[in-house]
Amino acid sequence: MIHAIRARIKQGHRTTRYPDEPMTLPERFRGYPRLDAGACQDGCTKCAEACPFGAISCKPSLSLDMGKCLFCTNCIEACPKGAITFTNDGRLAANTRDGLVVGPDTERVLARALDNKMLSLFGRSMKFREVSAGGCNACEADTNVLSTIGWDLGRFGISFVASPRHADGLWVTGPVSGNMLEALRLTYEAIPAPKLVVACGACAINGGPYIGSPDVCDGVDWTLPVDLYIPGCPPHPLTILDGLLRLLGRIPEK
Amino acid sequence: MTSTMRTFRNGSALPLGDVPVLETESFLKAILDATVHGWRVSSYFGLPRGGGLRIYCLMSSDSRGSLGMAAADVAGNAFPSIAEFCPQIQMFEREVAEQFGVVFEDSPWPKPVRFERRLTDRTAAGCRTGRPSDVGVMEYYQVKGHEVHEVAVGPVHAGIIEPGHFRFQCYGEQVLHLEISLGYQHRGVERLVLGGPHPASLHQMETVAGDTTIGHGLAYAMVIEALSGTMAPARAHALRGVALELERLANHTGDLGAIAGDVGYLPTASFCGRIRGDFLNMTAELCGSRFGRGMVVPGGVGFDCGPELAETLLKKSAAARTDLANAVELLWETPSVMARLENTGPLTAEAARELGLVGPAARACGVNMDVRRDHTFGIYSMAQIPVATASTGDVHARTLVRWLEAEKSLYFIDEQLRHLPGGACMGKSNGLAGEHIAVALTEGWRGEVCHVAVTDDAGRFARYKVVDPSFHNWPGLAMALRGQQISDFPLCNKSFNLSYCGFDL
Repeated sequence: MIHAIRARIKQGHRTTRYPDEPMTLPERFRGYPRLDAGACQDGCTKCAEACPFGAISCKPSLSLDMGKCLFCTNCIEACPKGAITFTNDGRLAANTRDGLVVGPDTERVLARALDNKMLSLFGRSMKFREVSAGGCNACEADTNVLSTIGWDLGRFGISFVASPRHADGLWVTGPVSGNMLEALRLTYEAIPAPKLVVACGACAINGGPYIGSPDVCDGVDWTLPVDLYIPGCPPHPLTILDGLLRLLGRIPEK
Repeated sequence: MTSTMRTFRNGSALPLGDVPVLETESFLKAILDATVHGWRVSSYFGLPRGGGLRIYCLMSSDSRGSLGMAAADVAGNAFPSIAEFCPQIQMFEREVAEQFGVVFEDSPWPKPVRFERRLTDRTAAGCRTGRPSDVGVMEYYQVKGHEVHEVAVGPVHAGIIEPGHFRFQCYGEQVLHLEISLGYQHRGVERLVLGGPHPASLHQMETVAGDTTIGHGLAYAMVIEALSGTMAPARAHALRGVALELERLANHTGDLGAIAGDVGYLPTASFCGRIRGDFLNMTAELCGSRFGRGMVVPGGVGFDCGPELAETLLKKSAAARTDLANAVELLWETPSVMARLENTGPLTAEAARELGLVGPAARACGVNMDVRRDHTFGIYSMAQIPVATASTGDVHARTLVRWLEAEKSLYFIDEQLRHLPGGACMGKSNGLAGEHIAVALTEGWRGEVCHVAVTDDAGRFARYKVVDPSFHNWPGLAMALRGQQISDFPLCNKSFNLSYCGFDL
């Protein structure tokens, strides 16, 4: 017992300071994209061709869909002019699918809070039932990590529960495999209304690396109404935390 | 055995014609003979050929460091099953049956594996409008009798984990039999890479099992390098080793914490939950992704590690080592933890060998095998990692092996980061050789990851077979539960911590 107490003192308090202090992410982390359409040469579509998942389009002007993007480096390497870079900004979540599309002059919009009625219900207590529907265990792992002491999601009144009957919302990871579609829908139905749906990760948003596979459904929003889209493959835990706190009105909108 | 199979080394490619095509009987006899002499079935798959099907068997001898391969043609639609005499092949036979419609005669367990469509079915029918899935619909093994009852769990489980279905046959608290039915995570990986390599293929390989991004990404890179005659430079090999061991450390640390959590010992559970993140963050320092996405690419590595970064990583690994040792030591000195770990979910070495278990699950039973030593690849042919084993085969042994492996990985990482070879990170790559077959094994944190690629005459994938260690090890979990209390299932399950998507592909 004395050893456990000593260990407790030694290990210290290491919970992330976010949102009270700014995010600190590794230097090589690839976050919010910055596009410089002015650098594009006429008719050049090299970046769009280099993206295996169709996240980039060059017409009418350069744009990048964070919902399809895996934040790999293919487009950066393909562009001879350096028109695409990824900043260190990990605040990526959006309320709508269109809100994930970034153009050169797109106004930066962060996820907005729910309306007042929903906030009065969920703002201080939000329980999610997670369903992995073809997820590769990366989104699942980085969602799970939020409940550890490093992130301590419980301090915001948010937790993940074992039964959909106890839940206020559905947390979806994975591209929605055909073999999980029915279980996903039944879980959603079992959650009492009103309820929220979060699509966590590129797969749940639009199929991720499996977009177009005949065995998956390319994401969840065609069958269930999604309230929060969290891009990334997988999203960084800070990206998830930021989106969630903004949705629940826990970070003041500036 | 070696007289009938073509033998070769890990990470090599050979002309497809070099693989001997045997008569059915001598093919099956060769497999059975080889298993008697300690060879394991690493892969067993079908390749459609001119309207028919040819079955390939890849075997590995850990003591000889050698791989062997032979093939046989399926006459008509039926092929003899040898699962009764060679239990480790039963899942492979069921997989071939499901993917190609072959009937395995006298199979003791002719059931679906992952409820997938035929691999030859290339129709583009999206499943948004397609047929309703029949996943999980089959005859389950049942025990009948007074007071015998059945417990069904899943596909959706209580925690944030992947889906799968478990059926327990219980007598009171005692589990008589556990049947595991998977397939819910099936995304069609093997079908998607056909005709490739495509630009998306690497990303799909990295997400076969997202927690084994480096393990699978590396096997894929090795297959491409073997087929194209590409040499990855020494610096890339060293960095791949660092990334693979960081992946092992993150997952082993997470498992050590989760095992502590499942026996209600929260100090270690809490500390390890955070320390796991330290290792993931080290991987993110290397390549920007906590899971190592984009780190390993065919030909080398996607990100270099300069002296400053190496110094940062060394500091972080030293700090993580101190924290981890401090957190894990608490387990061994807490009697209430040991009482829950010891003698729970035991497996014998004999059972592990018969079932063909791999990785820490096999080593915990005393089976001394490790791809890093037995079928060396990349940096491991220069820098050996000692193999950690235990003897009792129970949850305690699986916990202990993880800790011993984590310690050794930490030393390995330190050594590599201090002595990174100079030079480039990428080798020159060429086109893939046509009509060749390439094999790559790596030691992922769960055990042997096996990729086999067969190219057509134009150098495109005619078949790509992935075997995640979980494919071998799920039956081990089912066996470990026999005679145990059903309340120990979460603990046993955690001590194996197998992949659903890696199995479902």
